[in-house]
Amino acid sequence: MLRLPELEVIIATSLTEALTRLAAGPAARPILGGTDLVANLKTGHTKAQTLVAIGQLPELQGVDASGDVVRIGAAVHQAELARDPDILELFPALAYAVGRIASPQIRNAGTLGGNLCLDTRCRFINQSDLWREALGGCLKSHGKECHVIPGGGGCVAALSADSVPILMVLGAEAEIARVQDGALVTRRTPIADLYDSDGRRHVRIADGELLVAVHVPKLPHGARAVYRKWAVRQSIDFPLVSVAVRLDLDDAGKLKQGKVAIGVLGPRPRLLALDRWAGRTLDEDLAKQVAQYVFDRSHPLPNVLYDHEYRRERLRVEVLRALRTWYAPAAVGGAGR
Amino acid sequence: MTAAENRSAARAAQLLHFQLNGEAVAVAAPPHWTLLEVLRYQLNLTGTKQGCDKGDCGACTVRLDGAPVLSCMTLAALVQGRAVETVEGLGVGGEPHPLQRAFAELGAAQCGFCTPGMLMSAAAYLDDLATREAPAVDTGEISAVLGGNLCRCTGYTKIVQAVAVAAGEVIERTQLLAEMSNDDGGMP
Repeated sequence: MLRLPELEVIIATSLTEALTRLAAGPAARPILGGTDLVANLKTGHTKAQTLVAIGQLPELQGVDASGDVVRIGAAVHQAELARDPDILELFPALAYAVGRIASPQIRNAGTLGGNLCLDTRCRFINQSDLWREALGGCLKSHGKECHVIPGGGGCVAALSADSVPILMVLGAEAEIARVQDGALVTRRTPIADLYDSDGRRHVRIADGELLVAVHVPKLPHGARAVYRKWAVRQSIDFPLVSVAVRLDLDDAGKLKQGKVAIGVLGPRPRLLALDRWAGRTLDEDLAKQVAQYVFDRSHPLPNVLYDHEYRRERLRVEVLRALRTWYAPAAVGGAGR
Repeated sequence: MTAAENRSAARAAQLLHFQLNGEAVAVAAPPHWTLLEVLRYQLNLTGTKQGCDKGDCGACTVRLDGAPVLSCMTLAALVQGRAVETVEGLGVGGEPHPLQRAFAELGAAQCGFCTPGMLMSAAAYLDDLATREAPAVDTGEISAVLGGNLCRCTGYTKIVQAVAVAAGEVIERTQLLAEMSNDDGGMP
């Protein structure tokens, strides 16, 4: 039986109140669905004295698709987002990606903001206290040694958030609020810059700051994105391979620009530009070159389950399958849009 | 009050009010308790099972404002003012719910530990089906709906069949009711 440690729960009634409480430091943590945080508090590798519940704050609600940029509140549930008519029409790959997070119950409670702030995962961390203690801990859990890269100086636990690669290729930005000199101010940061390469604190949101929304620019004519996830089971599992591809084609079907974002490497997802192939028409030969390019620049680590060399090969296959949805959709096996 | 006393006051049991299976309840629980712990250890409703306790297995599934969620991951403090349904509230007046009948008839439960969670996930799906314009039984959709509920005994086949049978009943009933409301059936 796993129990939460004793802690205090504060239900924030205003954004300013939440930010003030969170400024106390890492002992105070924001909570939305809690589907990641509660498990991590129970297994003891996340510590907190105070949970600040932010699910009711109006700034964190709703999908607003009225402008050129769609605003999605951080507290919008993953299940809600996966069936939102505007998201399904404008960003079907985002709806698909959030609809593949964990399980139906977790998507009913979990939020977009929560997924973006998902803690990094590693087979040496996501274990019981006893298990970690027996191993002598690791860089992220009260130890001095990394078991993934022996002698390594930084934590390389993996970012496994399904929503991140697709939001990166869509060019989305995070809206982050804080209180400065008594006034509420917000800053915007591209999702691609939201993550640091140290898995101990990989989300670049400071104490006293809060992710309140995500802004996704509507796609121009000729642009489309695809998300591919590979996990062992169809449900519940975190991705073991996670990749999003976006291509912008001109009216003649030639590539104007393209992007590939890769998750489940280390703490920081990788974003690659495909501009070198601008002006080319996508076919099997070009797709294989792109898949090889991604393979050459991506190095999955033995930080999550399943052989990392297999995951690297699988990444190449998933990139190829993503690209085939443009020129040979009937040939694409498995899911992915 | 000192800071420590302040903290200890904040951590003391607080009174929660919520709807439980259609009835208002008030129960005191410390803030670090989950909804699962409140249901099982304060309210003695042990139908909701305590499985992995960390969001992997789905045995603790209850409905919160209609949506299936994991009660082991839900802070009780955040259920204040909301509506919770557990397996104890499924049948009406001592009669089993169509899902419970189908599970029993088709042998969809073996050890039974996952069954309450399966039933709560499936019940939400059945309610959703009843609101659709053209509902149809789709075993692929049923598998996806039950995707967060692990069963280590059955291999899932009979569970999916039982949900399909209950879904068929719901659809038939919904269509019959719709037809009757379009046509007064010759009643005076």
